[in-house]
Amino acid sequence: MSTLTARLKRIIAIGLTAVSFSALTAQAQTVNLLNVSYDPTRELYREYNEWFAQQWRAKHNQTVNIRQSHGGSGSQARSVIDGLDADVVTLALAYDVDALRQRADLIPADWQERLPGNSSPYTSTIVLLVRAGNPKNIQDWDDLVRDDVQVITPNPKTSGGARWNYLAAWGYALKKYGSEEAAFEFVEKIFANVPVLDPAARGATNTFVQRRIGDVFISWENEAFLAVEQLGRGQFEIVVPSVSILAEPPVTVVDANVDRKGTRAVAQAYLEGLYTDDAQRLAGKHFYRPSNPVIAAEFSDQFPDVNFFGIDDVFGGWDKAQNDHFNDGGHFDTILENIARNR
Amino acid sequence: MSGDHNSMTTLAPSSVLRSPRPRNVIPGFNITMGFSLLYISFLFLIPVGGLLLFTMTQSWEQFWRAISHPQVVASYKLSFGASLIGATINLVFGLLVSWVLVRYQFPFKRFVDALIDLPFALPTAVAGIALVTLYASTGWVGQYFDVYGIRIAYTQIGVVIALTYIGLPFVVRTVQPVLEDLESELEEASAALGANRLTTIRRVILPALMPALLTGYALAFARALGEYGSVVFISGNLPYLTEITPLLIVAKAEQYDYHGAAAIGTVMLLAAFVMLLVINGLQWWSTRRFSH
Repeated sequence: MSTLTARLKRIIAIGLTAVSFSALTAQAQTVNLLNVSYDPTRELYREYNEWFAQQWRAKHNQTVNIRQSHGGSGSQARSVIDGLDADVVTLALAYDVDALRQRADLIPADWQERLPGNSSPYTSTIVLLVRAGNPKNIQDWDDLVRDDVQVITPNPKTSGGARWNYLAAWGYALKKYGSEEAAFEFVEKIFANVPVLDPAARGATNTFVQRRIGDVFISWENEAFLAVEQLGRGQFEIVVPSVSILAEPPVTVVDANVDRKGTRAVAQAYLEGLYTDDAQRLAGKHFYRPSNPVIAAEFSDQFPDVNFFGIDDVFGGWDKAQNDHFNDGGHFDTILENIARNR
Repeated sequence: MSGDHNSMTTLAPSSVLRSPRPRNVIPGFNITMGFSLLYISFLFLIPVGGLLLFTMTQSWEQFWRAISHPQVVASYKLSFGASLIGATINLVFGLLVSWVLVRYQFPFKRFVDALIDLPFALPTAVAGIALVTLYASTGWVGQYFDVYGIRIAYTQIGVVIALTYIGLPFVVRTVQPVLEDLESELEEASAALGANRLTTIRRVILPALMPALLTGYALAFARALGEYGSVVFISGNLPYLTEITPLLIVAKAEQYDYHGAAAIGTVMLLAAFVMLLVINGLQWWSTRRFSH
């Protein structure tokens, strides 16, 4: 019995040494990077990862093996908080990234100042997607409160992207009608016109495109382009509203993870690479607005001018916006109560 | 850990001989029992216990506020109501389907039999999208109802349909084997003794099937209560109207309100537990009552 266990132990020890040795030698040649992102960046990062791996190999003679994870922005953030060892996160809104600091202390407080443009290498905005020929003649936010218009948007409670939709409409009304009360009423009227409230952007797209429900779909600009290009060429049109919100999907290195794994240098280079001309063009190609104005000018045909407002100016930042509008007892809850009462 | 120790002693031949326990044909009670406990603990007891413990870290007011909001209460009504209706529909039609599958021969019977398991295997999101394609007012089935002003998808009817779909195999698969054991000679004997068809069904067949039916009912109900993937596609998710409770739990988690999510989860858990206990009690009662 005892000789058997001794022999077994030796075999295991030899095996383990062999495994760790091969792992060590492999580490010199390849480095693994995990980018935890949200849903619609799939195609962008597939292309960018190839580009970055080439660049990195040319400079450092090392293979970067980049893995991607996509999902709803909020649930992706929660996975990282719960221990998914992301080297970088590239999410839909700063609120979700900031949760990495508030809930798990994975990144420092000044994370958003570490890269240009609030750490958002590309931006987007909220636009209106309508059916071909624009049968309901929808031109701007004001048309969404009309009685004869049905609006599709995901639920801001469950979808990070939909919070941008809601805030874009609120900000427009605030600018145009000048008071919080008027903005509240305006957004309530829009949500009273919502026949189906999907939990996530994917489902809402399906409802509007496949089920053909609703007259207008409030959407991120890049996703509206995707819907037009891929799901129904010639079936939809994009209407750019006169005023909309500047959507900044931020990126950051996850400090606690890269320091543990020793991947800080490559993770940092990976994010900085997003600001290079090549990557900026890739972003434009995948319908995100490049943050570099020179590259953005190359795409001026694709992206019409919009009168932007930012979340910090109008809503005092994500924490405050989340608290005032989307948390329990916030404006959105009251709006839902009012709608249920009047139904 | 203690399971491992005990198993060592059982495996030693001397202790087996002296064991006061009646000998089983297949040895290894301690190791299998120990493993089962460990298995159940990691998969079930610890997560559920954790949920309850975490729920208790909040104040009573906080807990009550989370579970008694009108929007949440409206969702309980829908979730429990639609689950009960769906399970009841499955009770009737699941029995019918198993009867047909066991008692009759027809072409492609094996194929139909295999189809029953589809809700087990098909990703629920796929099922939800398929159902909504069928039952939306533009869909193959939905358009005929739309003529009469009946909307199925994006109403509470749609929720019931999704919950019926996922529950069907539970009733069929629990009733089917019992029905296979129930020889048709019993029915012939009943008829020979002068019972008419209704009496045979009521006094001979149903009592024998009752425990299996109730088990299937309980399983279908429990499964429906927790269903999320297929329902969110067909329900329309309108707050206070077609919003199921699991969706509200997701909404709470999405705003990092883990306490609120755990509170509602606990209510679901306890309510489901009570209802399953009641159904089990019924089953026990029916077994005693009908097995003379």
